[in-house]
Amino acid sequence: MARYRIGIDVGSTNTDVAVVDERGRPYYTSKVTTTPDVTTGILRALEKAVRESGVSPDDVVAVMYGTTHGLNAIITRRGLYRVGVIRIGLPATSAIEPMLDWPSDLREAIGNLYVLVRGGFEYNGEEIAELDESAVRRAAEEFKKKGAEAVAITSVFSPVRPDHELRAAEIVREVMGDIPVSLSHTIGSVGLLERENATILNAAITGVMKRSIAAVRETMEKLGIGEAKLYLAQNDGTIISADMAEKYPIFTVAAAVSNSVRGAYVLTGLKDAIVVDTGGTTTNIGVLEKGFPRESSSAVILGGVRTSFMMPDFISIGVAGGSIVKVEDGKVEVGPESVGYRLVVDGIAWGGETITATDVALALGVMEIDDPNCDPERARRRIPRDLAEKAYSYIVSAIEDAIDRIKTKPDPMPVVLVGGGSAMLPRKLKGASEVIRPEGAQSANAIGAATALIGATIEKTFNYEQVGREKALEEAKREAIAKAVESGAAEGTVEIALVEEISMPYLPGNIVKVRVKAVGRAGV
Amino acid sequence: MSEYRLRREDIEDLAVGAAVLGTGGGGDPYIGKLMAMQVLEKGKDIVLVPPEDVPDDAFIMTSAFMGTPVTLIEKIPSGLEAIKALESLESYFNRRADYITPVEAGGLNSTIPLYVAGLTGRPVIDGDGMGRAFPELQMVTFHLYGVKATPMSLADEKGNSVILDTIDNFWAEKIARVVTIRMGGWASIALYSMDGKKYKEAVIPKTITKAIEIGRAIRDAKKHGRNPLDALLDATRGFKLFEGKMVDVSRWIVAGFAKGEVTIEGFDDYKGKTMKIMFQNENLVAIVDGEVVASVPDLIVVLDLETAEPITTERHRYGYRVAVIGIPCDSKWRTPQALEVVGPKYFGYDIEYVPVEERVKSLGAG
Repeated sequence: MARYRIGIDVGSTNTDVAVVDERGRPYYTSKVTTTPDVTTGILRALEKAVRESGVSPDDVVAVMYGTTHGLNAIITRRGLYRVGVIRIGLPATSAIEPMLDWPSDLREAIGNLYVLVRGGFEYNGEEIAELDESAVRRAAEEFKKKGAEAVAITSVFSPVRPDHELRAAEIVREVMGDIPVSLSHTIGSVGLLERENATILNAAITGVMKRSIAAVRETMEKLGIGEAKLYLAQNDGTIISADMAEKYPIFTVAAAVSNSVRGAYVLTGLKDAIVVDTGGTTTNIGVLEKGFPRESSSAVILGGVRTSFMMPDFISIGVAGGSIVKVEDGKVEVGPESVGYRLVVDGIAWGGETITATDVALALGVMEIDDPNCDPERARRRIPRDLAEKAYSYIVSAIEDAIDRIKTKPDPMPVVLVGGGSAMLPRKLKGASEVIRPEGAQSANAIGAATALIGATIEKTFNYEQVGREKALEEAKREAIAKAVESGAAEGTVEIALVEEISMPYLPGNIVKVRVKAVGRAGV
Repeated sequence: MSEYRLRREDIEDLAVGAAVLGTGGGGDPYIGKLMAMQVLEKGKDIVLVPPEDVPDDAFIMTSAFMGTPVTLIEKIPSGLEAIKALESLESYFNRRADYITPVEAGGLNSTIPLYVAGLTGRPVIDGDGMGRAFPELQMVTFHLYGVKATPMSLADEKGNSVILDTIDNFWAEKIARVVTIRMGGWASIALYSMDGKKYKEAVIPKTITKAIEIGRAIRDAKKHGRNPLDALLDATRGFKLFEGKMVDVSRWIVAGFAKGEVTIEGFDDYKGKTMKIMFQNENLVAIVDGEVVASVPDLIVVLDLETAEPITTERHRYGYRVAVIGIPCDSKWRTPQALEVVGPKYFGYDIEYVPVEERVKSLGAG
């Protein structure tokens, strides 16, 4: 019996789908238009794949999808849970109350419920104060009365010692029953405000994610693939079980970028490369490092809120397939305005009146499009050669510039072109040792999702002088492996993919932030 | 100009300007900015007065945070420790401070006095003891003019406070540093108490408004589609020293200080040239092809080429497109005595200090 997996990736223009065989080879790829509610597009893509690929429903063992549900909810402020926020840290931290610099509409959308209580730890693990358990209980009762649907708990230096967060969660559950509780030490690392913000947002989108997963599950049942396991794509290019994704939806908000980067790895076998993912409106330039997307270290602004959690390191530029070419004072520019999915209506080659990046590439003969409605000759006739050349060199130098900015070393690196708009790019680029556009490039994102490994990352801060380096690393590795198994990895397949140690200067005791990432095969 | 009530946007602008004056260090003004905003949100005023309005017999204290930024961004302040530090020093002197003023206009410590002053209903004087950021407690103009850092107080959020009385300002730095560790990595401090007459003699005036003007210039330029870098140079009377891409960063830790060096490869007008910047928290010395173009105590500021956003030294990495500017320091830092405290030799570089504007002129001539 053959065993197939279905991968789905939601983009701003298209929702891509791929069916891969047990060796990760693409068997079927397709795309549908992304719908405003996102869910309908995912369900259509899934249905299309099951109906058209010819694969028997019994042979589908897993469905992996990457979605923008969480991100959209945060940006549009729709479908968010009311969140009760508990910060454990008094007498410290009161000078800046939770959500102080949030956009007020977002604060209102999640109910603006917060309480500060005594507790928390110093950098060395000593208590700032004993946890005020009765204050936590009162807060939970208050939240319950005011209709909170989820709770977010942050304690000072919980990355060093999570004890108070764990105890507070117990109390909250005693009072409020089985509701989603997000704990900051499972979300981010040192830097209280950013970690707290990420934890609150995580709690706020648990409902959206739950509904999304339920809808996909229902369709899977309908299509006769209800037995297949369901996974969600994460920001770091790995996947987690749907159950874990319901607890940690924030780790899925930027999955799309990473799916493409992982897809580039699967399609080329290159472990280190720059990946240029060109869609209809934007091109994302990311980096493959040891087979995974390189992660960003800086703060991330999400829906107007400063956060920090695992995000892929990428540069996004407004030059892609549907980008509009314009001339101002004799200067030719491309994008960031785009015709998006209307390329096949508005583009010159399709009989429209808007000159797009794709039309320019067609006019210059650098790409071909297999579409009976597309007439490159019309583009050649209607776009002056000089304009086409100027526009094309604008596109190429914008891409080359971004490639250079994303690098960490000056040496040339292989560049992999993926995405629906990637055919328009040249096979030679400055800063590239080679330029590859692999077969299946158009669906790299969905293939990346379908072939992804289960991943779990642990971030903890240790005092090496107290614990000892060996013991600390061992503990972090053990926790990462356990979390990978909890996230759906088959036991025995889990490996440590990354160990990072960052020491904190100026503090006695050799305080070190340890990050460990474990990956394993989905237990299908 | 007489007294002025700060608005929310002034605090936003101040945070940007303070990051510029932080010259790569000084701590992220973000925390202090939010604290000051919370004061306004609670309906209190933050009142700024120019130094010339301060009577000679007024009693003045400076207010700041001391310690490691990484513990401050996690154990964020209660706010009460900042007030406790002030009040315990006042009770030691048995006299209420009439005014609060910053020690450091660059980085985080530019905004802390606003919080303290706003909550306790005292005006802030528009000036400071650095005109930029420096890593040690004695690196202030007040020290040059013979003001003693101690009696000095340190306080934590639990309510502990410590009064130090040391034989000189160097000892104040050494002992206070140990106390901050015990208090959890950082402490609120009140120090350099003096009268209005001494203050007016020793202060670098108008540095808070200068920081606000810098931030506003960048904001206005962006709003009106002008080059924010040019606006910044105008607002600071600075000089563009270099433009290029960071191609190498190395870091090491010496005696607890994070030191490092970044190499920038020039482009456009600077094509073919290479700049190296040595840093220790703050940027200290900038060298182009073997020739020094700027050094402490002048300000060396590294900015994102597109947004003119200042880049702190811990964020230096390959691929950043940056502009490097030099800003003349206050003339109080340019005497031989001052250079002993904050000149390149104090930081371990065998370089004679030459003002940045003279270095730039001689480069232009050469």
